[in-house]
Amino acid sequence: MISDNPFLISSPPHTNSSSGSYDCVFPNVNATSRLSSQIRSSSYIGSGPHEMQYLKDNDNSSIGWDSYSNSSPNNKFQLPGSEFFPFRSKGETEEQGVAFSADNMYPPNTSVVNSLETHNCVSTFEISNTLDSPLAQKAENMRRQADSSKGQGLRVLELEHSATDGENQNDRLIYINDPKLTNDKYEFTGNEIRTSKYTVITFLPKNLFVQFHRLAYIYFLVIAALNQLPQLAVFGRTVSLFPLLFVLCVTAIKDGYEDWRRHRSDKKENNREVQVLQGLLYSSKKWKNVRVGEVLKIHANETIPCDIVLLETSDPSGIAYVQTINLDGESNLKTRYARQETAVKRPEREPPSGLIRCEQPNRNIYGFIANMKIDDQTIPLGPSNIVLRGCQLKNTAWIVGVVVYAGQETKAMLNSSGAPSKRSRLEGHMNRETIWLSVFLFIMCAVVAFGMLMWLVKHKEELDTSPFYRKIIFTYENRGGEKYNYYGVGMEVLISFLSSVIVFQIMIPISLYISMELVRLGQSYFMIGDQEMYDSNSNSRFQCRSLNINEDLGQIRYIFSDKTGTLTENKMEFYNASICGVNYCNAKSTVECLVQETSSKNEERENIAEILDGQVLKPKMKVKVDVELVQLLSKSLSLHERKVAHEYFLTLAACNTVVPTIIEMPSPGNHERNAANLSYEDSRSIDYQGESPDEQALVAAAAAYGYTLIERTSGYIVINVLGERQRLDVLGLHEFDSVRKRMSVIVRCPDNTVKVLVKGADSSILNIIAKTSSGSEAAPLNDLIRNTESHLTEYSSQGLRTLVVAAKNLNEEELKRWQCCYEEASTSLTERAGMLRGAASLIECNLNLLGATGIEDKLQDGVPDAIESLRQAGIKVWVLTGDKQETAISIALSCKLLNGSMQQIIIKGTSTEACRHLLAEAKTTYGITRNEKQKNLSKRQKSVDIDEGEGIHGRRVPGMEEGHSPLALVIDGTSLVYILESDLEQELFDLATSCKVVLCCRVAPLQKAGIVDLIKSRTNDMTLAIGDGANDVSMIQMADVGVGISGQEGRQAVMASDFAMGQFKFLKRLLLVHGHWNYQRVGYLVLYNFYRNAVFVLMLFWYILYTAYSTTSSLTDWSSVFYSVIYTSLPTIVAGVLDKDLDQKTLLRYPKLYGAGHRQESYNPKLFWLTMTDTLWQSLVLFYVPLLSYKQSTIDIWSIGSLWTISVVVLVNVHLAMDIQCWAFFTHAATWGSIVVTYACLVILDSIPVFPNYWTIFRLAMSVPYWLNILLITCLALLPRFVVKAMTQRFWPSDIQIAREAEILKRDSDN
Amino acid sequence: MASRNPTNPNHASSSQPANSRETNPQPRILLRKPKYNRFTQQELPGCRPFLTPQWIITIFMLVGVIFIPIGVGALLASRSVVEIVHRYETECIPEIHRINKLAYIQNDSISKDCSKVLKVQKHMKAPIYIYYQLDHFYQNHRRYVKSRSNEQLLYGLRDNSTKSSCGPETNSNGVPIVPCGLIAWSLFNDTYKFSLFEDIELHVNKTNIAWKSDREHKFGKKVYPFNFQNGSLIGGAKLDPSVPLSDQEDLIVWMRISALPTFRKLYGRIEVDLEADDYITVEIQNNYNTYSFGGKKSLVLSTTSWLGGKNDTLGKAYVVTGILCILLAVVFFLSHIIMPSRFDPKNISGHKYDTVDQ
Repeated sequence: MISDNPFLISSPPHTNSSSGSYDCVFPNVNATSRLSSQIRSSSYIGSGPHEMQYLKDNDNSSIGWDSYSNSSPNNKFQLPGSEFFPFRSKGETEEQGVAFSADNMYPPNTSVVNSLETHNCVSTFEISNTLDSPLAQKAENMRRQADSSKGQGLRVLELEHSATDGENQNDRLIYINDPKLTNDKYEFTGNEIRTSKYTVITFLPKNLFVQFHRLAYIYFLVIAALNQLPQLAVFGRTVSLFPLLFVLCVTAIKDGYEDWRRHRSDKKENNREVQVLQGLLYSSKKWKNVRVGEVLKIHANETIPCDIVLLETSDPSGIAYVQTINLDGESNLKTRYARQETAVKRPEREPPSGLIRCEQPNRNIYGFIANMKIDDQTIPLGPSNIVLRGCQLKNTAWIVGVVVYAGQETKAMLNSSGAPSKRSRLEGHMNRETIWLSVFLFIMCAVVAFGMLMWLVKHKEELDTSPFYRKIIFTYENRGGEKYNYYGVGMEVLISFLSSVIVFQIMIPISLYISMELVRLGQSYFMIGDQEMYDSNSNSRFQCRSLNINEDLGQIRYIFSDKTGTLTENKMEFYNASICGVNYCNAKSTVECLVQETSSKNEERENIAEILDGQVLKPKMKVKVDVELVQLLSKSLSLHERKVAHEYFLTLAACNTVVPTIIEMPSPGNHERNAANLSYEDSRSIDYQGESPDEQALVAAAAAYGYTLIERTSGYIVINVLGERQRLDVLGLHEFDSVRKRMSVIVRCPDNTVKVLVKGADSSILNIIAKTSSGSEAAPLNDLIRNTESHLTEYSSQGLRTLVVAAKNLNEEELKRWQCCYEEASTSLTERAGMLRGAASLIECNLNLLGATGIEDKLQDGVPDAIESLRQAGIKVWVLTGDKQETAISIALSCKLLNGSMQQIIIKGTSTEACRHLLAEAKTTYGITRNEKQKNLSKRQKSVDIDEGEGIHGRRVPGMEEGHSPLALVIDGTSLVYILESDLEQELFDLATSCKVVLCCRVAPLQKAGIVDLIKSRTNDMTLAIGDGANDVSMIQMADVGVGISGQEGRQAVMASDFAMGQFKFLKRLLLVHGHWNYQRVGYLVLYNFYRNAVFVLMLFWYILYTAYSTTSSLTDWSSVFYSVIYTSLPTIVAGVLDKDLDQKTLLRYPKLYGAGHRQESYNPKLFWLTMTDTLWQSLVLFYVPLLSYKQSTIDIWSIGSLWTISVVVLVNVHLAMDIQCWAFFTHAATWGSIVVTYACLVILDSIPVFPNYWTIFRLAMSVPYWLNILLITCLALLPRFVVKAMTQRFWPSDIQIAREAEILKRDSDN
Repeated sequence: MASRNPTNPNHASSSQPANSRETNPQPRILLRKPKYNRFTQQELPGCRPFLTPQWIITIFMLVGVIFIPIGVGALLASRSVVEIVHRYETECIPEIHRINKLAYIQNDSISKDCSKVLKVQKHMKAPIYIYYQLDHFYQNHRRYVKSRSNEQLLYGLRDNSTKSSCGPETNSNGVPIVPCGLIAWSLFNDTYKFSLFEDIELHVNKTNIAWKSDREHKFGKKVYPFNFQNGSLIGGAKLDPSVPLSDQEDLIVWMRISALPTFRKLYGRIEVDLEADDYITVEIQNNYNTYSFGGKKSLVLSTTSWLGGKNDTLGKAYVVTGILCILLAVVFFLSHIIMPSRFDPKNISGHKYDTVDQ
C-alpha cells in the first residue's frame, strides 16, 4: 500500500553520514542575536534559509503524513487534524487566522519543537528533492537543535518576529481561470517586470534625489547656492554651477545608460510568449499581459513566466520536473506535483475553477502556503505544488497551472536584490583626510577673514574715498553717504569668509569622487576582461557586483574560505573501495579499463550495458574502475568475496534516495567506442538526480561496476546486475538521521530473501556489526574489521570521505517483528521519530561488515598553489566548514594548508569550562601572550610579519618558545558556540591569530559570520570571505570583501557577494595582481587629487594675501572651474586605470609584494602629510616665482593669471608624469594632451573680446620671461620631490621598487 | 583527470534563459571568454621609466647645464637695463602743505606743478620707457576689479543690462556714465613733461602705449566718454569727450588692471638716447590723490632688454637652481662611486620565505 503512493519516490534529505556532518549546534541567543540581527538588517538572505526550513519541515511532514496515512482514496490528501493544520477541524471563519499562524510560520515555541519532534522521521518526502545540500543540512540542524532544545531561544525570537508579519496580512485570493474576478477585488500586479529604476519622466527627480545622498554633493550644492548671493558672487553665477552640473551629468548619464540596458532586457523578457487558456483554447499571449488567475500551459524546455500553482501535468500522476538553476543555481532536476484532485480534470474540456487562498508575496523560494478550494473540497498546497518564475520545465511534455504571483510579486523578482553596498577601507581613510582638508580650508578662510578685519580696521578712515575701495556712493547728491555694498565690519568679515569658502571650494576635490568612480569602472572592466579569470567549465567571467571596493582587494589579510564547492569541486568521485578487507584502490579511467576488459572478457563487457527497447542505457557519469575488482565481479557467486562484493554494490545501488532519469543524450565518446562491440546506434544515458553528491557518486560507481540503478519508485527498485535486470521490492526505508548516522533500506530480493542494506558513518556502523560470528569465522572477522578500519584511516588521511557498508539477511521472524513495529511507527501521530528509530534498531544490529568506500572530494584546480601563494603574500587563510573535523583536516592537508610539521591544537570542548581550559592550556603550552591592543595596527602588524617571515624558519618567534613548529588551530562548531557566547572570544582571538592555520569544522552559517566578526571587530585587518553556497551568505556579507564562487550550489552566494568568479584559484590572481594594481592606483589617485587641488587652492590663497584679502582670483572664472574638470582630470583617470608598477608575472612570482597593501604603502597618513608638505612647497614656488620675477612691472592681473593657470597645469601634469610607472600611448595622450587642451582652452577664452582677458595668451606667448617662468616653476617645484624619490630609490627602496628594478633591468638586458 | 559528474557544467550553462538580467543581458549560451587583446589584458607595451643612478645623475646634470647659462643670460640682460626711479609723492608737495597732504591734493586752487631734475647715470638707449609706479594701490581689490563693464567699453550705452557691475560709479545725476565703474573713475592723472638740461624739450610719445588688441577690439571706436567725472567726487583724470575710447590710451593702459598692489604703468616713450651724466628736468603735475590711502608715486625711466625691465630674480633663481642641480648630481655621483649597491629582488622581504618553505 505504501508502494502505491507516488510521493514516496524521492529521497529523505540527508541520508548519508559524511554529508550529514553539519550537525553543529546553534549558538544560543546571547552569542548570536547581535550577529543575526546584523545580518538580518543587511539582507533577507542571511536569515532566510532558516526560516524556510521551518516551513518546509512543517509542510513536508504533512505530506509525509499523507503518504503514511494511506487510508481511503478520499481521505488520502486530507490532513490529519493536528493542531498544525486546522483546515478541517476548525471552522471556516477561524481558518484564516489560525491557519496562518500555524502554517505560515511560527507557532509558539513548544509546539514547534513538538511538531518537529513528532514529524521528525517521516519528513520531507517530495520536497526533499528540492533541497540543496546545505539547506538540507540546515534543516538537519534545525531539527537537531529542536531535539536538543538548545537553540530554542534564538529560534523562537526569530520566529515570533516573523510571525507578526504573517498574521497581520490578508491572504491572497485567486479565482482559478477567472482573472477578472481575481483582479477586480485586489490590486495584483501584472506580469510585466521592471528591473529598471527609472522611467523617462521619473529619471531626473529620482536620479537627482539618489545622487544627493552623497554628502560631497550637498557641499557643492551649498557652495553653488552661496555663490548665487550677489554679495558673495566670486565667480560668475553660471560658472559656479558648472562643476556640480558636470558631476551630476556624468553620473546621470552613467545611471541612465545602465537603466536603458535594464529597460532593454525587461522589454525582451516581457515580450516573450506563453500559452494562456482563453475560453476553451490555449492561445499565445505576451508575458507582460499575463494576469494573476489565468491558466497557463507550458511546454517542455520553456521558461516559466510567473509563479504558478500546478493543476495538471503530462504525467498521469501529476509529476513535473523543473530546473531551478536561475533561481538557486542548482542544476539538478526537482520534482513538482499537481494535486490529484485537479489533475483529473482536463482544462480543455472543462475549464477549471476554484479558489486559491495563498499567502502574500514573499521572498522565500522554498516556502509556499496556500489552500485550494475546489469542488467544495479544501486542498492544502505547499511548495511542491508551485513552480516559480525563471525555472525551466524539463522531462515533462507540458504542465498546466494557474498564476498566483506575477511580475514583481514573483519570488524570483523579490529575490533579485543585489548585495549590500560596502565602502572601501581606503575611501574611509580618504574621508579622514578630507576632514583634514576641511580644516585647512577653514584655516585659510579664517586667515582671509581675519586679514580682512585687520585691513578694514586699519584703513577705516580711508574707505569712503579710496579709489580702489570706495564704500560711499556719491553719484546722487541727495543720496550721498549711502554705502555701496558695505554692510559693516562684522558682516564684511563674514562675507569675506564665505566668499573665500567659495574660492577655495575645490580644496575638497569634487572631481575625485567622479574620478574614483570612473577609475573603478575601468578597473572592473579589466578584471572582468581578464582571460586568466575566465572559467571555461562554467563559462563564466569574473563578475564585479560591487564597484566600491576594488582597492580593498589589495589589502586583504584574512581569507575565510568555505570548503565544499570552494576549495573542493563538490563533485564527489568514488575512489577507493575496501571490500571484505581488501583494498581496491588502483582505479583507472573507464576507457582504459574498458579497453583492457574488452580484450580479456568480451562477453561481460556487453553485459554491463542494459538493453532497453533496443537502446543502450549508460550512466552519464563516468567513474574510474579498479580492474581487479572488475575481475572479482566476473567470478562465480559462490565465492565468499564475490558474494560480499555483490552485496556491497547492491547496497551502493539501492541504499540511497537517488532518482535515475533517462536522458536522450548520446555520449559521443562512449558511442564511438562501443559501436564496434555493440551494434546499437543510439545510447541513452541515465542521469542520477540526488540531493547529495556523495550518493550520486556511489550510485554511479555501482553502475560502473555493473550494478546500474535503472528505476526507483517508492515500492521497488530496479537494478541491472551485470546485465540481469533485478527488481528489489522495498519493504521499508530508514532515512539518515543525525542520531543514528546511517541509512538502511529493507529489500526483498528476487530470490525472496530479505536483506537489510545499511550504509553510514564508520563510528555508527562499526558498533553494530556482528562481532562474533558463528564459530569458525571469528578470526577472519576480526581481521576483516581490523583491515577495514585501517583502510578507513588510510582513506581519511588521503582526504577521502568514508562510509562503511554493511548488510544482513533477515529471517521471517525478524522481518515480521520489524514490519509490525515499522507500521505502527509510521502511522503513529506522536513520538514517531522515536518509534521509527526503535524500529530501525531492531534490524540495524549484528550486521555483516561488507566494506568501506572512499569518496574523493575533488580539490579544485590549483587550490594548493593558490593557497601557498596567498600565504606567502602574508594572507592568513582560514577554512570554515560544516564538515567534520577529520574531513576538514584531510582536505587541509591535501590543499597544503596544513603540513606534517605543524603543531595541531585541537579545541573540542563540550562546555564553556572545558573550552576555557583547552584554550588556556594551548596558550600556556605555546607561550602565547595576550595581544592587548589589536587596534594598534602598525606595531601589531610588524610582529605578525616577523611571525610569518621568521617563524617558518624556526629562528625566532616572538612570544613563542624556542623550537616550536608553526601552529595550526582546529576548532569545532560546538566549542565555538561556547566560546563565541562567553568571554573566551578574546582568548580564542589571541590563540587563532598566533596560529598559522585555523580550521573551523562543523560550523553553522551564522557562526561563520561570527568568526569573521571576531577578526573584523578586533583588528583593522581586511577580511575576505569566499564561498559558494547559501550557507556562506552571512559570512560573505559580514566580511569586508565577499567573493562568491559561481559554482554548483546556487546563486545565493553570488547574489550576496561583491565579486564572483568561477574558481577558487582565481583568488590568487585577483588579489596578487588586480588587488595590488587597484590598490596602488586608487591610493595614488586619491593622494594626487588631494595634491592637485590643494596646490591650486594654496596658489589662490597666497594671491589673496596680496589683494587686501578681497578674495580676488587672478584666474578667469572659467579657468578656475575647468581646472579640476577639464585641464587635469583625464590624466589622473588614465593613470588610475592603466598605470602599473609591476608586471603581473613579477607580482605572481613574488607574492610577498602583496605586503605593500598590508603596510598601506600607497596610502597612509604619513604619505598624506608628506604630500601636503610637498604641496605647500610647490604652491609657494608656483606663486612666488612669477610674483618676484614680475615685481614692479607692468604685469596685469589677467596675464599673471594666465601664467599661473598654465604653470599649475604643467606642474601637476609633470608631477603626475614623474610618478607614472608605465607609459603607454594613452598615458602620453592624456598627460601631454591635457596641457595642449589647456592651451587650447586659454586661446579660445582669450579670443573673446568681451572678456577682459582678451588676447592675453598671445601677448604672453611672445615674451621670453613667460616661458622661463614656466620652466623654472616646473623644475624648482618638483626638485624636492625628485630628490626624495631618487634618494629612496637609491638608498631605501621598497619591495616594489626592488622588484621593479629587477623586472625592468632584466627586461632591458633581455632585449 | 577528466571531470566525471552528473551535473555536466555545459548543461548548466547552456540553460540560462533570458531571465538572467542581473549580470549579463546576453544569453549565456555564448562563450563568454574574454577576447585576447593586449589592452584588455593590461599588457600594452609601454615605456617604463626607472630611476637608475645614471638617470638620476644625467637628469641633474642636464638641468644644471641648461639652467646656469639661462640664469647668467637673464642676469646680464637685467643688468644691462638702465633705470631711473624717482619717488615724488612727498617731494612734490610744498613744505607748508606736508602737514595735511590730503587737503593739499584736494584743493584745486593750488597749483600742483612740481619740477624735478634727474641725473642719467649711464647711457640709455632709445626707446626709453616712462612709467609711473604706484604703491599700495590695490587695483586687484575685488570691489575694484569688478567695477567695470567690458560690454560698455566695447559697445557703449547700447548694452544696458550690464551697468549694474559698475557700482558705485554707474550713474551720475541719474545719467549713465561712460566709461563707468571705479577703474575708469580713478584714472591716473599726473602728467610729466621732460626736457634735457632745462632747455631741450624731450618729446614723449604717448601712442601705442596700450595693447594693440585692447585698442582695436576691447575699446569701442565709436564709444565716446559721456557724463564722465561729473559727480561730486572726482576720482582722477577727465577724458576728452570727442576722442573715442579706443584712442584713449592712458585709459586703456589704466583699465588693464595690475596684478599686484605695487605696479608700473606705461606713460610714454622717449625716443632719443640719453647719455650718461645728462640732466633731465621733469615737470610733474602732481594731481593724483594717493594720499588718502598712503600710496606712493614714482616716476620711472627705463630701457628694456629681451627680458623686459630690470629684475634679477629670474636670473638668480635660474643660477641657484642650476648650481643646486649640479651639486646634487655630484652628490649622487659620489654616492654611486662609494656605494654602488644594487638591491637584489632576493631581498624582497619575504622572498627567501618561499625558497625555504618549499
